[in-house]
Amino acid sequence: MVTKEQVEASLTSKLKPIHLEVNDISGGCGSSFEVEVVSEQFEGKRLLERHRMVNAALEEEMKEIHALSIKKAQTPQQWKPSQDSATQAKDA
Amino acid sequence: MKGTRDFPMCGFSNTVVQILKNLNVPFEVVNILENEMVRQGLKEFSSWPTFPQLYIGGEFFGGCDITLEAFQSGELQEVVERAMCS
Repeated sequence: MVTKEQVEASLTSKLKPIHLEVNDISGGCGSSFEVEVVSEQFEGKRLLERHRMVNAALEEEMKEIHALSIKKAQTPQQWKPSQDSATQAKDA
Repeated sequence: MKGTRDFPMCGFSNTVVQILKNLNVPFEVVNILENEMVRQGLKEFSSWPTFPQLYIGGEFFGGCDITLEAFQSGELQEVVERAMCS
């Protein structure tokens, strides 16, 4: 079984994210995860390439993971504005 | 994808089908649950570990998350239109 911690560790060591959020949405069986990754390494890369990087970082885990939803794969510059708008949306 | 256009067998596949139906564009589906060889082969061919996998004009576009994000930003509509014109 793949744990949230394993997913976090692999993503952290390979993508060096400045923001990382991993949620186990499998209800405890460790086969579905939702991730948000913000990393300098995404700079200059299209979304498809960024997702490929996340998939590659989790190559071992993917053998056991049934579903991986990449909610965010952003650069630090992109991440900040959307964080602000998210707070505004909540306030509104 | 998993299932067919009328009976998707997974939420992610369903999302992509609904988006394509919403765009009102012609599309074909391959149910990978019916053929294990196609299922494994496609993962390798696309270098993509999960399904659904969307191809537009013969080119791999992405999985469910990418398709949804591109749909919301309007990029998907552009890519589809370009593919239909060529």
